Amino acid sequence: MSRLAAKFEQLSNAGRKALIPFITAGDPHPEFTVPMMHAMVKAGADIIELGVPFSDPMADGPVIQRASERALAHKMSLRKTLMLALEFRRTDQQTPLVLMGYLNPIEAMGYENFANAAQEAQIDGVLTVDLPPEEGEECMGLLKARGIDPIFLLAPNSSEERIRKMDALGSGYLYYVSLKGVTGAGHLNTADVENKLKQIRANTRLPVGIGFGVKDAETARTVSGIGDGVVIGSALISKIEANLHDPERARVEIVELLAAMRQAMDS
Amino acid sequence: MRVTKVNNMTEKYNMPDERGHFGPYGGMFVAETLIPPIQELNAAYQRYLTDPEFIAELDADLQHYVGRPSPLYHAERWSRELGGAQIYLKREDLNHTGAHKVNNTIGQALLAKRMGKTRIIAETGAGQHGVATATVAARLGLECVVYMGAVDVARQALNVYRMKLLGAKVVAVESGSKTLKDALNEALRDWVTNVDNTFYIIGTVAGPHPYPAMVRDFQAIIGREAKQQCREMTGRLPDALVACVGGGSNAIGLFYPFIDDASVKMYGVEAAGDGIESGRHSAPLCAGRPGVLHGNRTYLMEDDDGEIIETHSISAGLDYPGVGPEHAWLKDIGRAQYVNITDNEALEGFHALTRMEGIIPALESSHAMAYTMKLAPTMKKDEIIIVSLSGRGDKDMHTMAQREGIAL
Repeated sequence: MSRLAAKFEQLSNAGRKALIPFITAGDPHPEFTVPMMHAMVKAGADIIELGVPFSDPMADGPVIQRASERALAHKMSLRKTLMLALEFRRTDQQTPLVLMGYLNPIEAMGYENFANAAQEAQIDGVLTVDLPPEEGEECMGLLKARGIDPIFLLAPNSSEERIRKMDALGSGYLYYVSLKGVTGAGHLNTADVENKLKQIRANTRLPVGIGFGVKDAETARTVSGIGDGVVIGSALISKIEANLHDPERARVEIVELLAAMRQAMDS
Repeated sequence: MRVTKVNNMTEKYNMPDERGHFGPYGGMFVAETLIPPIQELNAAYQRYLTDPEFIAELDADLQHYVGRPSPLYHAERWSRELGGAQIYLKREDLNHTGAHKVNNTIGQALLAKRMGKTRIIAETGAGQHGVATATVAARLGLECVVYMGAVDVARQALNVYRMKLLGAKVVAVESGSKTLKDALNEALRDWVTNVDNTFYIIGTVAGPHPYPAMVRDFQAIIGREAKQQCREMTGRLPDALVACVGGGSNAIGLFYPFIDDASVKMYGVEAAGDGIESGRHSAPLCAGRPGVLHGNRTYLMEDDDGEIIETHSISAGLDYPGVGPEHAWLKDIGRAQYVNITDNEALEGFHALTRMEGIIPALESSHAMAYTMKLAPTMKKDEIIIVSLSGRGDKDMHTMAQREGIAL
């Protein structure tokens, strides 16, 4: 059983939901990332999504775009992100780690090289925003063969047919994009998310993480009542952005926010 | 990803496949939220492509609103001066709004109307596509938002003003390199947010399937007309076609109807900026490598890590790190050749056409003119080159004056 599947089973048995923070590797600088990951686990994170910076993050709102730009200014790359992941693994063998990013850095590295490198770095899942299943057969096949879960997105406008397709091809969990828009946008409509989740659950047995629009402990509590996991990204990165002169302060604020979310989700 | 080399093409050209692939290029690389609207668009495009009523409306608009057919003009004086092949200019600069872009926006806007969309968005580089989109949106009474890199807003102020006069909202994009690629990113973000009522009119043969094929089909009128006009005027097919390539819509529009005519050579002219060796250019086919950006696989300007690098060209319309996937395929199979022209050479082309024929070309088209100046003298006097004069140069007066130290 993959580390992701085991984590969701363990949470389910305990009647808890997964807290899944996202940060961009190398933001605001490369030395910040690994200590931040450990601190997030300590604050209650169950799974970490590590963003691979890309020059043209088409599905991301301004907050994560700027995180990518800051990381790229420090020459962060897919290779260096994998090195950070490996560094994290040296002292944490338990927490599942999901790489999230865009296809082109993977294309540049080569699918097979990437799959091998991800396996060496003990990555558990890969979510490639602009690689739908129709185009992803080769890349996803190489990952699966190495025990790495391909994580697929579902959107409010995804048809039942597509939900079943993602159920068949994906593993680990499905990531439900709770609103039509980019990361960090707008407010999610609880009733809409609830309705869509009913449709998704009727067509998959995979756990469902919900992201895009989770901002604070309150939304985390609401969303955790609907899905199996809560993904939070832009709200954390805003803390980094607000404290660029004082990364230590950013770390403290991120830990506080995650701890508050954890508490709200568990109560 | 594998790149297949096909050297002999015996079968009739029939690209892309049903999922938008030109060999290893093209495809549909988008986030999940865009899959349903792209499928909806593809269904509408497939349906109306063969719908007689739609075609009749499109043809009528192209004739009475755009002013087609555009002339094929024999540039006799310039041909004589260069001392080689006879040069014929396909006068897309004479279209309403001043460039070939309107051929496509007319078609996509008619599709939008039939699909019940009330809001149009577009990206633009030089502003020609933005103007052509704002124009058709005004005519159909649709809300219009145009995304334009902040750098391009500054260097194409005239077109920004034109778009605003036409009622469009122009959004200056401040992210990344603040040019065409960033405008495309921002338009995709808008589309993902407003998928229900919004139609995204992409201006070139890039983006996810069906855009590369659809935009080509709307632009192919350039080549169909040119072929017929050339036969009428000379009794035969041309020997060579020349067109500038940024995303590559005017080039594919000219090339496509000639692909099966093996005797017709095709030259796509990329922008070499300060020169390929300087690294400051916009020539992915000449100096890039395959990757995935903006929904399709194609040649890109990227670094070793797959990050897109900044491009440079004096012409905003060619300042793009990718290129239409069909051009990538035509390059790999050897059907078309892709060459490059520097900023300085393009300026020579600009002046040459202006002084020899009394036609002021756009800086984009000037790249095609400059390559023609190299090509024509190597050909015989009874051979024929058709050059796409894709747009007029009015929009570039400020850039030219500034470059030559003249205050307007």
